[in-house]
Amino acid sequence: MNDNGFIFDPNTGYSYTTNETGMFIMRRIAQGETREQIMNELCEEYDCSADHFNSDFDHFMLMLDALDLIDFEALNNGN
Amino acid sequence: MGIDLSSLDITIAVTGLKTGDNPQPGVPVIRSIKNAGFKGKIVGLVYDSLESGIYLDDFADEIYQMPYPSAGAEAFISRMDYILSRCKIDVIIPTLDAEVILYIRLQNELSKRGIHSYLPTEECFILRDKTKLGSYFPPKGIQVPQSILVSDPAQIAKVGEEISYPLMVKGRYYEAFKAYSALEALEYFHDIAGRWGTPLIFQKVVPGDEYNIVIVGDGEGGMIGNVPQKKLVITDKGKGFGGVVVQNAELDEFADKVIREMKWRGPCELEVMKGFDGVYYLIEINPRFPAWVRLAEGAGQNQPAAVVLKALGKEVDKLPPYRPGTLFVRHAEDIIADISTMGQVSAKSELIKKER
Repeated sequence: MNDNGFIFDPNTGYSYTTNETGMFIMRRIAQGETREQIMNELCEEYDCSADHFNSDFDHFMLMLDALDLIDFEALNNGN
Repeated sequence: MGIDLSSLDITIAVTGLKTGDNPQPGVPVIRSIKNAGFKGKIVGLVYDSLESGIYLDDFADEIYQMPYPSAGAEAFISRMDYILSRCKIDVIIPTLDAEVILYIRLQNELSKRGIHSYLPTEECFILRDKTKLGSYFPPKGIQVPQSILVSDPAQIAKVGEEISYPLMVKGRYYEAFKAYSALEALEYFHDIAGRWGTPLIFQKVVPGDEYNIVIVGDGEGGMIGNVPQKKLVITDKGKGFGGVVVQNAELDEFADKVIREMKWRGPCELEVMKGFDGVYYLIEINPRFPAWVRLAEGAGQNQPAAVVLKALGKEVDKLPPYRPGTLFVRHAEDIIADISTMGQVSAKSELIKKER
């Protein structure tokens, strides 16, 4: 993923774009941060509620999982 | 450090200089060789006076028209002897499907004349025939989409029951169409059979992602180089006009297995489909470099340069790992020339562009 939110999946050859919030989350996932850590940082940065975060985060994770861009199970297990 | 051909003072002949909507691999093969520092003579062997590579400046030094492969070995050797009376040739790289078998069968004749190549054995070449893929590979654990050979249009109704529509109707050498009904399949059958003969291959459509891999096999089951790409731009003729190098361990393993089974020697292109069922299927093996071979050079593997050295009998180390994310986009441009250039090729069947 580059600084503009362009994501290239070398495994499949597919590429995607994500917005600033998506980049914020993906960088932290790559760094191994937990869901809770990401929520705290994101809510502080963007002034959003925990409910709002949970709803959008789940949706985003399901999308990344469908695109094979994350290991959803490992993430849910906190790995 | 890439392959360096700057110290080679030899003549390299390459076929297939047509670019355009159905590009042949000769022009990119020559570009890769030149980009390896080659300063010797390049001879272009063409079938048609309008092959666009003829008209490129600072490209091929000499051009010779060849008889079509269907004219047979005698006409081929006779023409080659004439060319050799004008200039020596040390290495030849054929790039067109229909001519490769002739170069394989005449390797000894060419070798006696000092012309070297790096090609598979005839037995190996025959294994990759589209009519053989479906029987040779599956018992080796390499999946091929269900395929049925069709020589008689009366078979089509029964084939349609065995392989559901849509299915691919493929010529033995060239062309493939997706047929959605028996009527369409019949039309494509007559269309392709009229041009390329029978049998045709009726093949199950595998939904999934297609990948292409350019490879130089070492003839002992190993790969000197391999670069896989996913097409990003596909023309209405199904030609890839843009693509990106991918890195997928399963795909590398699949390519390794195919080449290991065949002991392929020389350049080839694998067409592979990763089905949505997660299975990798071998679709085709083309017995030459693909027109997108410069992507291999861009990704760190100058495969045409490696083939030149192997043809000369030199040791070549395994090429360095390819760089995933390397992209190509094909760019078509008009070449301006004088009609006399075309006249020279048409009338004399040769063109000396640069005396050396």
